[in-house]
Formats: sequence, C-alpha cells, structure tokens
Amino acid sequence: MNWGSWLLSGFLATLALSTLLATTQGLGLTRMNLPYLLGTFFTPEREKAKIYGFFVHLLNGWAFSILYVLIFESRHAVSWWFGAILGLAQALFVLTVGMALMPGLHPRMASEQHGPTANRQLEPPGFMALHYGYQTPLSVFLAHAVFGAILGSLYHLAR
Amino acid sequence: MSCIHLRVHRKVDGSREAPDAEITPAGPDTTFSRPKIEDYGIIGDCRSAALVSRYGSVEWLCWPRFDKPSIFAAILDRERGGHWRISPVASSSITRQYVPDTNVLETHFATSSGSAVLTDLMTSGFNRFHLKEFRPDHEIIRRVTCVAGQVEFEIDFCPRASYGQSEVRIHQVGKLGLRFFVGSGVYWLRSSVPLVPAARGGRARASVVLHAGESIHFSLSYSEEAPAVLPPLTELDARFDRAIKAWGEWGKRAGYDGEYRAMVMRSALTLKLLSYSPSGAIIAAPTTSLPERVGGALNWDYRYCWLRDASFTIRALLELGYWDEAEDFLDWMLQATRLTHPELRILYSLYGDIAPVERELDLTGYCDSRPVRVGNAARDQLQLDVYGEVIDAAAQFAFHGGYLDRTLQKVLIELGNHVARNWNQADEGIWEPRFGRRHHTHSRLLCWTAMDRLVRLNEDGHLKSAPVDDYKRHSNAIRHQIENQAWSEHLQSYVSVLDSEELDASLLLLSWYGFAEANSPRMQSTYRALRRYLGTPNGLLYRYQTPDHEGTFAICSFWEAEYLALGGGSLKDAQDLFAHLLKYANDLGLYGEEIDPNTGGALGNFPQAFTHVGLIGAALSIRQREMGEQQLAHRPPDAHTHAEAQKTS
Repeated sequence: MNWGSWLLSGFLATLALSTLLATTQGLGLTRMNLPYLLGTFFTPEREKAKIYGFFVHLLNGWAFSILYVLIFESRHAVSWWFGAILGLAQALFVLTVGMALMPGLHPRMASEQHGPTANRQLEPPGFMALHYGYQTPLSVFLAHAVFGAILGSLYHLAR
Repeated sequence: MSCIHLRVHRKVDGSREAPDAEITPAGPDTTFSRPKIEDYGIIGDCRSAALVSRYGSVEWLCWPRFDKPSIFAAILDRERGGHWRISPVASSSITRQYVPDTNVLETHFATSSGSAVLTDLMTSGFNRFHLKEFRPDHEIIRRVTCVAGQVEFEIDFCPRASYGQSEVRIHQVGKLGLRFFVGSGVYWLRSSVPLVPAARGGRARASVVLHAGESIHFSLSYSEEAPAVLPPLTELDARFDRAIKAWGEWGKRAGYDGEYRAMVMRSALTLKLLSYSPSGAIIAAPTTSLPERVGGALNWDYRYCWLRDASFTIRALLELGYWDEAEDFLDWMLQATRLTHPELRILYSLYGDIAPVERELDLTGYCDSRPVRVGNAARDQLQLDVYGEVIDAAAQFAFHGGYLDRTLQKVLIELGNHVARNWNQADEGIWEPRFGRRHHTHSRLLCWTAMDRLVRLNEDGHLKSAPVDDYKRHSNAIRHQIENQAWSEHLQSYVSVLDSEELDASLLLLSWYGFAEANSPRMQSTYRALRRYLGTPNGLLYRYQTPDHEGTFAICSFWEAEYLALGGGSLKDAQDLFAHLLKYANDLGLYGEEIDPNTGGALGNFPQAFTHVGLIGAALSIRQREMGEQQLAHRPPDAHTHAEAQKTS
C-alpha cells in the first residue's frame, strides 16, 4: 500500500465530494448541507457548525478513503470505474442505513415518532434522505461515485 | 369577483375613530370577506413580512425575502392567492393592537360565548439575543388564548406557491408536523391542534373549542437548507416573551420623547420591519399592486428600494438615534450605486441590483384592481433628484457626527461632478409619470441641494479636494433658474415644471432642503396656492392635479405639517395639522401610500415606508420648533460643529 498516495488522493477526492455536494445544494437539487448536519453534533450555532462540520467531513472522507484503498489492494483492482462502484455502494449504505440511524445517533435531531423536543429540534433526513429534497439521493450517489472515481484514478496513477 | 367590505366606523370628515372595534357576521364565508387595505397589520423579521388581516388571516407572505414569490396572496386574489386563517366561527367584535413598542400583533375576538386573543409574530432575523440556540431560517408563530368563556375557532391553512399560480402538496410527517416543498425550499407547519390535510393535499383544516385559560400554538417555518430547525411548540410562549423583550430593547434606543411618541415609535418599528437586515436596504413597502385607485390600473410593485427616500430616511434614523440602521442604509446605498456609478438608477433590489423587469400576473387583483404587477418599469427612468438625495443623506450623516472616509468622499465628488454636468436636463421627476421627460422644479431643487451640501461638507472639513468653486457656480445658476423659470406671477407660486402653470406638493420641500425660508413671501404664497389647488376640505393634500381620481398622498400632508413647523405657520398650526393626520392611521397606527379623501381609508401599497418616514420627520420638526431648535439642514455650519462637539463629548 502506498501511504503517500492514499493521503493525497483521499484528500483530493474528499474535496471533490464536498464541492459536488455544495454545488448540488446551490443548484437546488437538494437542501442537504452535510457540513451543517455533521457540525450540529457539536454545536447548535449555525456558522460554527458549518465550519466544524466541514473539517469533520474532510477527516471522515479521508478515513473512508483508506477503506477504498484497502479494497483496491486486496482485489488488485485499482481503476476509476471500480472506485465509482465502491462510491455508489457507500452512497447506498449512507442513504439507507446511515440516514435511518441518524435520529438515534445525532444528539440534536428529532424523530418522526417523537417530534421535536427542547434538545432535539433538527429535521431528520428520512428514508434515502428524501426529507431533504426528492433529488437528494441523486446528489449523494453522484458525489460518492465521483469521490470513488477520483480516488481510484489518482491512486492508480501514483502506484 | 364582487368586493364585499365589512363595516368600519368613520367620522364625517373621513378620519377614523379609535379604538376601532368591529362586529363580524358569523360563519367562515363572511369572515373571509374582503378586508380593506387598512384592515391589515404587519409582522416581519427584517427580511420578509406578512400581512395579517383583522379577521386573523395571513394573506400576504413572501419567503425567504420581500421580493420573492408569495406563498399567501389572498390580498390580491381571494380564490387562488392562498391564506392562513385562524378566526372564531361565531360572530365577533374585533380589536387589535401591537404589544407596546414591539411588532408583536394581538387581535382580540369577543363573541357572545367568550373572548380570545390571537398573537402573531415573525421570529428570527431581528432577535439576536439567542444566536446560540437553534432558529428556523424564517418562522411565523401564532398563539390563540381563550381569556373568558369558550370560543370555537376554525383554522384554515391554504398555501399557494408562486403568487397563487400553483398548488402545493401537504403531507403529514409523523409527529414532525405538516410539510410541503416549494422549489428548493421546505415549509413545516407545526400545530398543537391536529390539522387534517384535504384529500388533494393543498389545504389543511381544523376546528377547536377553547375554554378560558386554554391556548393553542402554531409554527410555520421555511428553510432552504437541511436539516431544518423544528422548534418544539412547548417553547413558543417563552419565545413570544423573548421577542417582546428584544423589540422593547430596540424601542428604548429611540431618542424621541415628545408628545407623539407612540406614533413615532410605531413608524420607527414599521420602518425597521421594512429594512432588509442582510444588506441594510429599506424597501418602500412589502406589497405589490395594492391599488392607488380601487378597481383601477395604478398598481405597482413596491418591494424595492428607492433612492428618493434616502435623505428623509437617514434623517429620521439619525435623529431617533438609530445609528446602526442609518449606517447600514448608507452602506447599502453606496454599495448599490457603485454598480452604475456615477449614474444612478432610481430604484434598486435588496442587494443593490437593478430591479427586475416589470411583468403582469394572472391574479384578480385587490377588488378587481388589475393588472397585478411584479418588477417595476420605473427602473429605466431618469430622475435627477436622486443625486441630491444621496448626497444629502451622506451630508446628514456627516453633520450628525458620522465620518466620511476617502472612498465615500471620492464617490460624493464624482456624483457632484455628474450633477454639475447634467442638472439642466429634463427627467421623469419624483412622481414617475410614464409619459416622458420634463424640466421638473423638484429635480432642480435636489441638484441645487447636491451642490449646496458638497460645498458645506467642504467648508466643514468633511470633504477634501472638491471643486467647490464649480459647485458654487452651478448652485447659483440653479437658484437663478428656479427663481425665474419656476415662479409663476399668475399663480403667485412656485410651479412644478419650469415655465408652466402646474403645481405639485413637492414644492413644499423647497423649505425642507433649505432653498427657501418657510416664512418667505414666495413660500407663503406657494403654500396658499397648494392648499387652494391641491388641498381637500378635510385637510388632506393631493400630490398633483390629476384626472385619475387617485387618493390624497399621505406623505405630502406630513410635508405640509413639517413646512408649517419649519416656520411656514405657527407651532399650533403644525401641531393641529399633525394631530389631524394621525387620525388617518389605521387602528394599529399604520399608513398606506395614499388616503382616500372620501372614506379616510388607505390606498396603495401598505404599509408605506415613505409615509412613516414623513410622519417621523414632521414629529421631529415640530419637536425642534417646540425646543427652539432649527432643523439640521438649515443650521449654520458653526452650529453643526457645536452639535458634533456635544455628541463627541
């Protein structure tokens, strides 16, 4: 495994993921602001939450990218399209399992069963994050596919 | 569609009785009858505003900002516009008020079985005390409390997207509430009463019987970012209290303690609601196409910012002590004008862009007053007066002790040079007629003001490197032209267009801007002519002579009161007229652009910033006369310096 290559390609792929998610939000495909969602784990202050969330997402992407690299190495298959397939699989997992668990994991998120309380006031994402807009899954699939493809192609080039 | 008004108490002279209690007939259809323009109250969050009728119905709301498409627009189309009504099922007597010194609206319903209070508030934006809490991006909270007996209420929630052009699909989402999407935004309605969405999903209804001491709560929020914040209804009472406290704190900052404090504060609070806090802009009014003549076509979109209002607004804010708001407005103005500098447009959007192109909407209009327009075609007009108004606004800021930095000085000099090159042109003038350009006296007056203020700023040391000799020369030339070509020997009056025999009420401003002493023979004679040709028997004033049967222009009457206070009449004359004009406010103290001379009702977009600025200005001038002070614009330079020294110390 090429550690330097992982660090660089993981970092760049995560930046691309963040950029794409922000772009799809700006274009109105989704309302989901992932840095804000992650940052509110730590603070209710909107602007601070976005900054915290951005760095958490960056670290998160980096951490996840090592899993991609381990799979690349174990399968002896490093390519943009294999990375993209892994990205789509991760997106599916995030949208179905991750989003369903979110009200239980997030200390400030309300649930459909109990409604908002003084401590839990954030709108839950719902199945496939559809509460955040009907095209949210499209945005998430697209961003993660690009994440995997960039990771795969950059790691391949640096090997 | 026929226009059914409910009964309103009026005096013989057209002015309103206060307090104004009104009996509504029973039944949902009658309580949803067409309110008059003055039957609305405003709530807002300094980014957007809602109009709430006296019958408990939100009938105008544009989110996320003033100039975006509406989600409720029943004020412009009863069938398709959309509304959110919370009102008693039974016939009721209605009184309204704002919680003193706040923009929290209370509507009291008294029925034969009991009485209740509906409290309306738009949160966020203004209340900066709780930034560490979650806050919805935009939110209206409503509370109904039964105070005696029992009252049955009906709730009818009927949003319509894009100025009523499309229906929405409302879904119940577990215990989170009702949700619907519009474009890239989401609306959440949370209610302590179960609301039942209609089968087709575009509406939700409920009815509930409240007994003494019981309350129900509602929260409608909007967000373009996820996750949205869904505040629990159990906290709404505390949030009402916090908002009341926050508005109260803002009100305490006002530096006016004269006889008319309540009305001055209502005007200041309304002006605050019409400000757009992210940029500092102040819009003319939060509505579009409320008619200047009911059933007519004089229907315009006022959700933009007119430079024309600048110097009046800055003066009002500064003299009341609202420096932050004045500085924000000045910053917005200079930022906005940078785009077209040194040429100025007459109106700009909230962020200083050119206002949108005018188009017509497929709505019935207020009482069949069509067309309903959005955007404003006046954006392409030339009004030379705006240069003077911008320069005077900056001068007022400096004379009050503000600092003009080098960039601002440079901008002012370039504007002055532009005026020096162009003051002799024809333009559309202050009233924005759509039939061509003429040589308006008011535009000349403001060009003179521009030259005069730049010279004075230079003399006071606020402005360096200005070609003051040029400015003085042009100032004298403009004065010469006004005194010769804008004076009619026949009418014994200044006239509104050079070498004409026409009059308009803006001639009163010759004194306001310090061009002519209010007690000079020419101004006295002009005032008599204006009253003779533009006055009404009940003491109001048309802005000009027109065959269009529009209403009297509210700010012109306040200009008249201010003219009297500046020396055009006795102090008592000014006080009497001002007190008389206060009777034409609605029961909440709000004014539209115009006043119907026959009924005393409001006409035009509502509430109107310009009118409220006029009220504040007149009250300030009366106060200054009472205290023996001169209006700032007329004080000699050494008095400015003295005032600044006092402010600094």
